[in-house]
Amino acid sequence: MTHDALAHSDSAAGSEAARSPDGAATPETVGAAPGLVRPPWSRSVIGLWPFAVALLVFVGVWKLVVVLSGLPPFVLPPPESVAARFVTAWTDGTMLPHAATTLSEVVLGFAVGGATGLVVGYGLARSRLIERLVSPYIVAAQAVPILSLAPLLALWFGNGLLAKVIIGGLIVFFPIAIATMVGIRSVDAGLLELARSLRANRRQILTTLEIPAALPSIFGGLRVGVTLAIVGAIVGEWAGADRGLGLLVNLARASLFDIPLMFATLVTIALLGIGLYLLVVLVERRLVGVR
Amino acid sequence: MTATGRLVADGVRVSFPGPGGASVERTVAIDGLTLAVEAGEVVALIGPNGSGKSTFLRVAAGLLTPERGEVRFDDRPIREPDPRIGLVFQEPRLLPWRTVGRNVTYPLELAGWPRARRDARLAELLELVGLEGAADVRPGQLSGGMRQRAALGRSLALSPDVLLLDEPFSALDALTRERFNLELLRLWEATATTIVIVTHSIPEAILLADRVAVLTPRPGRVAAVVPVELPRPRAIEQLDTAIGLRAAAEIRARLEPPERVA
Repeated sequence: MTHDALAHSDSAAGSEAARSPDGAATPETVGAAPGLVRPPWSRSVIGLWPFAVALLVFVGVWKLVVVLSGLPPFVLPPPESVAARFVTAWTDGTMLPHAATTLSEVVLGFAVGGATGLVVGYGLARSRLIERLVSPYIVAAQAVPILSLAPLLALWFGNGLLAKVIIGGLIVFFPIAIATMVGIRSVDAGLLELARSLRANRRQILTTLEIPAALPSIFGGLRVGVTLAIVGAIVGEWAGADRGLGLLVNLARASLFDIPLMFATLVTIALLGIGLYLLVVLVERRLVGVR
Repeated sequence: MTATGRLVADGVRVSFPGPGGASVERTVAIDGLTLAVEAGEVVALIGPNGSGKSTFLRVAAGLLTPERGEVRFDDRPIREPDPRIGLVFQEPRLLPWRTVGRNVTYPLELAGWPRARRDARLAELLELVGLEGAADVRPGQLSGGMRQRAALGRSLALSPDVLLLDEPFSALDALTRERFNLELLRLWEATATTIVIVTHSIPEAILLADRVAVLTPRPGRVAAVVPVELPRPRAIEQLDTAIGLRAAAEIRARLEPPERVA
């Protein structure tokens, strides 16, 4: 989070510097120091090296633990054998169908939970009645661990996609609804009065004031939500599935006893999570931009 | 000078729920406030804290419905915000995620102006308030004075006949404030709008206004209207002339609550 904020302000300074040469801004308005100007390519390189370092450290420590502890490879396989298994699992077609299934569960669960979260969150923010009616159920649903609900939902909705989307949706819904509620409530009362004095209608207030003001908060919820969508899919698969990365983890561990494959699957799940998270951050950058 | 832009307050009363909620007796902010502002005139409202100056401005802007009485704009009662009445708040109230340009044209956007027309109007407005070239800057990168300029530009976007200003320069330092007052006068001369400005400052009121309405403590009503017979265009030095000093003394005398004098 901290690193992210830094990267954000960095890009702010960059775009400001890019804007000022057209001479538009008056001297009083421009605050960017000229020393901060860097060529555009350098920013992405500078932005990437911490990730590379972190990865190297992680793999290095892993290897070190394997060597020093003398744990057998069926408990902790060395990184190179996991990497090799990862490559073969992807090239021989073992991984792809499972990954595709999980990805579709995650995306649909996120979409369904996110959409309901946005709508309900808005309702919670704008209506005391809705808040009183709905919030006990929301909190209760959230207080029951999804792990204990999953078998029930699998019983009701079967082994297929539907159960996973419902489980994922349930778990994604909460952070996004709360983030939306907080965001909408944070809209400055003075700005609302301004909009009213300019005779803005409900729709205009929503699109020009409430949504832009709530976006940073909403994206906070979406970031949490997208990682939870993966949790939902995996938990759903454990409760019953014919395919998916969660199933593959269990298969590799119990039936196949292919521990490197199990690790390779975990790596795939992690990469899926990172990829989706970054996608949300990317959309956030585009929509929220520099404030 | 335009014929439209006459603003008449007639026995206006506004009260708010007391601190204990609706059941407790209400606080009366203004009561029996009567004042006529002629088209093209500048009237300053001055009064102690809690005399309902801002409340009155909100009634005139159509944001508050009075319990009793009414404010009429060109002989029609104001019941809702009117595009011919512009409002400048104490704070700039800019949308921080929008550029200055898109803030200034926000009223036009809400009113459904097409893009090309908005852009053309934007150039005029920025020039009017001295923000040429700042269209693509974010409010966060501007000084307080520049932000208030942008807010002023926004309030002028729809070419209002009346401009209501609620202590618009109170957050600025004294020198900037003086400069802004003179610029406001220049603007007034260029646009021929009626101006009602709420202020805490006697010199500011004298510098700007044709007449100064002095309000009583809560519940506010007009205690006296003091004419300022200084010639226009106005300059800071006029404050120290005999006319300026006499007006200041008269306003100060009216501002004093009688019980404290006794």
